[in-house]
Amino acid sequence: MFLTFFYLLRASGINVSLGEWLTLMEGLRMDLHDSTLSGFYTLCRSVLLHSEADFDRFDQVFLEFFKDVKHVDEVPPEMLKWLEHPELDLVELERLSEITGLSVEEIERMFAERLRGQDAEHNGGRKWVGTEGYTPFGHRGKQLGGIRVGGKSSYHSAYRVAGERKYRDWRKDNTIDSRQFQMAFRSLRQLSSNSDEPKTELDIDATIRKTCDNAGNLSIEFTRPRKNALKLMLLMDSGGSMDYYRELCSLLFQSVSKAGRFKDLKVYYFHNSPGKRLYLDPTLDWRNSVLTEWVMNNIPSDYKVIIVGDASMSMQELLPSYNWWKSDVPENSGLALLLELKRRYPHIIWFHPQPRPAYSSYWTQTFELLEKYFDMYQLSIDGMTKGMKKLMVRR
Amino acid sequence: MREEFRGSQDYVASEELLQAANIAIALQKPLLIKGEPGTGKTVLAQAIATAMGKPLTIWNIKSTTKAQDGLYVYDVVQRLYDSQFGGQGVDDIKKYVKLGKLGEAFSSEEQVVLLIDEIDKADLEFPNDLLWELDRMEFYIPETGETVKAKHRPIVIITSNAEKELPDAFLRRCIFHYIAFPDQELMAEIIRVHYPDIEDTLLRQTLRAFYWLRDLSGIQKKPSTSEVLDWIQALQLSGIDPQRIADEIPYAGVLLKKNEDLDVLRRAKG
Repeated sequence: MFLTFFYLLRASGINVSLGEWLTLMEGLRMDLHDSTLSGFYTLCRSVLLHSEADFDRFDQVFLEFFKDVKHVDEVPPEMLKWLEHPELDLVELERLSEITGLSVEEIERMFAERLRGQDAEHNGGRKWVGTEGYTPFGHRGKQLGGIRVGGKSSYHSAYRVAGERKYRDWRKDNTIDSRQFQMAFRSLRQLSSNSDEPKTELDIDATIRKTCDNAGNLSIEFTRPRKNALKLMLLMDSGGSMDYYRELCSLLFQSVSKAGRFKDLKVYYFHNSPGKRLYLDPTLDWRNSVLTEWVMNNIPSDYKVIIVGDASMSMQELLPSYNWWKSDVPENSGLALLLELKRRYPHIIWFHPQPRPAYSSYWTQTFELLEKYFDMYQLSIDGMTKGMKKLMVRR
Repeated sequence: MREEFRGSQDYVASEELLQAANIAIALQKPLLIKGEPGTGKTVLAQAIATAMGKPLTIWNIKSTTKAQDGLYVYDVVQRLYDSQFGGQGVDDIKKYVKLGKLGEAFSSEEQVVLLIDEIDKADLEFPNDLLWELDRMEFYIPETGETVKAKHRPIVIITSNAEKELPDAFLRRCIFHYIAFPDQELMAEIIRVHYPDIEDTLLRQTLRAFYWLRDLSGIQKKPSTSEVLDWIQALQLSGIDPQRIADEIPYAGVLLKKNEDLDVLRRAKG
């Protein structure tokens, strides 16, 4: 039953590894769950999960896995097996009844009463249930009373915690996390010591030279640390068909700004294809925009440019309708502007969030057209790595 | 019986946090604490150290911190200089090897609580560089040929503000706990710990105003525990009528640190 839970967790997308699972087993053997279900819940959560983003999913799986035993009044046999405590056999309950002189039913009933009382109490707001309020049973031996009582009551509270789904807000179904993005951006590096940083790094060569010049008297030389001199311009498609990829794009944007290792970073937004104006924020407000021409005149061509967009638009936005199937590119068309960008910034690549269209259709013609002129990569780990490499190639 | 942490006089922890802390202590794994700023991540380590009567070693992580800094630093330049001027004991490399915070914690004669504060501030690769050391609780100093091995595995507490994601391999070795923002009741308890003789009306009104403010949509930087504690002090000192707190939100600047947020409040208040 235990392993089923493990696989259920994995199937639900929580990436639990064997190592963590063994740690959990170790924890159980050490009785860190205090033989209670709420303890087990906390133990599982703290050992198996690593992000509050997974809490909600975990709660759901936990509920799903234990839902069948939810309303059972007696200690469910599943739970006994599940705890894998041999001493929690039902026989023990009978022994308990022998010791106390109460019938099994009476004990069960008392437990049930306690349980109700407990529930009311903690409906008041506080969570610590497990151990409180069970003293009459406590002194009958920790193993018997303690485990049984604790297991039962807290198992209820674990439900309550899980059932509340408190962690729903933190859930995010990201396929790529920002760490992977950041690692990809890391390859964008152009180290140079041409910065105006203070000289803090030991310059070994110069030190040796100076020391020799100094007739062996040590003379230490410092140099400026090498810094990333890479300048990056990010052009992002916003709105319309890009709305589906908003999460992914904002993740990309965050990673770029978090990476923070570029000498300069410029971000502009456009809709479908860069037009006369580029916008400073994704809402595409013209009051917050600059002329594309101004950008090309003022931002030097050593900037590396990354365009992010799905390249899906009306063909008219790229070429006037009479020219669709000809090979020359008329002036003032959308494509001409893109090619102008490419001429100005030789280091330019295009990331598209969706997979490359598998077959041609009316909707993919702009994609196919742009693909002729630009190096296009999918916004995935693989695509990004390839794209970054392309971007760093000397031209 | 194993050693347990049951909260302390001036630190109110939720039951789940206590359990997570005890799990980490028993399994001898680092406890990774995440949560909103101001929910008492850093204070937890102090509380654990005090409650268990163990010394606390704090390693504050900055954006420039390297994993090596925590282990040891070999001061080559000082040694070169000393050798030039014929200083005493230049041939003793040990003199120039200084242990970092992690090294200190390992070589301590008694078990210590080691707080690695704000690990996400450092470079992306930083946690990966510490995997072996935190796993085995030992490291090797090639210069002296020594191995520094923990005499007593320190209780390691790591805090993160989630500024950067931590690598998977590192996460898998940690016990994780997310400090959720305290609910009103727990908050009342926390406030009472800090201000034992606070009036009930003041407390009630403050909490009402505070949680109303936190729920206000459009607030960018939500006020947290440390802010509400400051606010209460300000309110107490000014002796303002508690009944007016919820309506007027005096000294809102203590709670809200951004101009935009104060504007949001002004608009909400009409």
